[in-house]
Amino acid sequence: MMRIFEGLRFRRAESPIHNLDPRSKAIFLVVLSSLSILYSDPLTLTILLIIQVPLVYMAKVIKFWLNSLRGSAFLMIFIFIVNFLTSYFYMGGFTMDGLLMSISMTIRFITLIGAFSLFFLTTTPEDLSLALEKLKIPYDICFAFTAAMRFVPDIALEAQSIMDAQKSRGLELEKGKFMDRIRNMLPILVPLFIRSFQRSMELAEAMESRAYGAIRKRTSLYELKMSRNDYVLIAFSILFMLTVVFVKSF
Amino acid sequence: MIEVVDVYYSYPNGFTALKGVSLTIDRGECVAIMGENGAGKTTLIKHFNGLLKPTKGVVLVDGDNTRDLSVAQLSRKVGLVFQNPDHQFFSETVEDEVAFALKNFGFQEDEIKRRVDQVLERMGLKQYRQSSPFNLSGGEKKRLAIASVIVFNPDYLILDEPTIGQDYLQKCEIINIIRSFLREGKAVVIVTHDLEFVVDLKPRVVLMSQGKIILDDYADRALTNLKILDDASLLPPQITELAYRILNSPSLEGILDEHDLMEIVKPLLKRG
Repeated sequence: MMRIFEGLRFRRAESPIHNLDPRSKAIFLVVLSSLSILYSDPLTLTILLIIQVPLVYMAKVIKFWLNSLRGSAFLMIFIFIVNFLTSYFYMGGFTMDGLLMSISMTIRFITLIGAFSLFFLTTTPEDLSLALEKLKIPYDICFAFTAAMRFVPDIALEAQSIMDAQKSRGLELEKGKFMDRIRNMLPILVPLFIRSFQRSMELAEAMESRAYGAIRKRTSLYELKMSRNDYVLIAFSILFMLTVVFVKSF
Repeated sequence: MIEVVDVYYSYPNGFTALKGVSLTIDRGECVAIMGENGAGKTTLIKHFNGLLKPTKGVVLVDGDNTRDLSVAQLSRKVGLVFQNPDHQFFSETVEDEVAFALKNFGFQEDEIKRRVDQVLERMGLKQYRQSSPFNLSGGEKKRLAIASVIVFNPDYLILDEPTIGQDYLQKCEIINIIRSFLREGKAVVIVTHDLEFVVDLKPRVVLMSQGKIILDDYADRALTNLKILDDASLLPPQITELAYRILNSPSLEGILDEHDLMEIVKPLLKRG
């Protein structure tokens, strides 16, 4: 579980992908995810997955990217089993279609996780915020969004500490029936939520003491600028989308 | 007995927090683990109840390897109180919070009530029985966290930074609790930066630095060894420092509090 969070955390590195404008990466992400939701045959979905690999390689984040896929292995298996069982009972027995459908759903999930992981691994929260501002989204909302992203790893760490504390008071999380284990999550979730609220209050106070919102119009130290590579990626994304739609339509 | 035998521990991110730590803690013993931030103190105590399993080496609790038991099972014997109380409260009332561990360990209803009453009284939290744990002050939360562990009467009590946010009287109360545990023949392990607190308790002191134990000795020798304290990035107790200035000699063994100092100063004053 922790691995998924790790896979969404930005890694500072020097690479052509890191240097891309978040807006062009976002277009690529939108193209990949909408295509993978639009089409559900295994071949198309596999292509959508494979096309990410060179970019992941160029960004030198292959280890973290694979980690986030590995971290979501449990969900992959879950999705596969649920889809397979549904098709099994719905179609009244084992069919090739049912199996293919379950495989597709699983690949779709992997494709989506991969695409989002690639985006977040290579985009700084600050860049993301700047990009959102460029899209005329109010700064308060941009800030809330990047702050949320920024705190994901902290919350994951905190969840670990809370689990440790409750296990130390005899809460059994390692053994027992599935339903019991689910019920035992409550003593983990309550402190986690309360800590998150506390944290946001503390953050708000700290920000206000540093004059957050004192001036209506903020200026940035860095400005986003599209480079040649960005236009290449955007052009590629659009062409790729058109090709897939074209091929799939005829 | 808790036996730590040549334990190495590396976190998943590759950081090696313990590098060959060996330590034995007997029942009835009071041990203070001290050292700079990142020395491996918390990592070490998390091995005592199996929250962490050694990368190399073994940890035995009364002869049982911590690998073979779940944390919940080990916790029945080894009670660990964490640094941040906010990481554990989830009940609606203080009373329920204290009863949580007892329910997990399957105590009877009337026994739970008896023990909760007793421990709330002892920790000075009786008037908050029906309050929400989240409305308590920092110091009260800390005492509630301790209460929620001592209530099941573990054989080994491990306290991570118990004195943070406590005023002097509350520290004295924590010392009293530790002493009464020791009198019952139980072991108490404290991780702390609070020198005054350690001087009051005069425990066995385990000094850690960079994942290793650099000294394991009784307080009157450990805390007066200026060279070793410096290695562990600790300042000596103020009285010891003062004695060093007066005597101008590094052999300060046993000079920890004002009484020890008076023993030395008196003859000097008489001489004039």
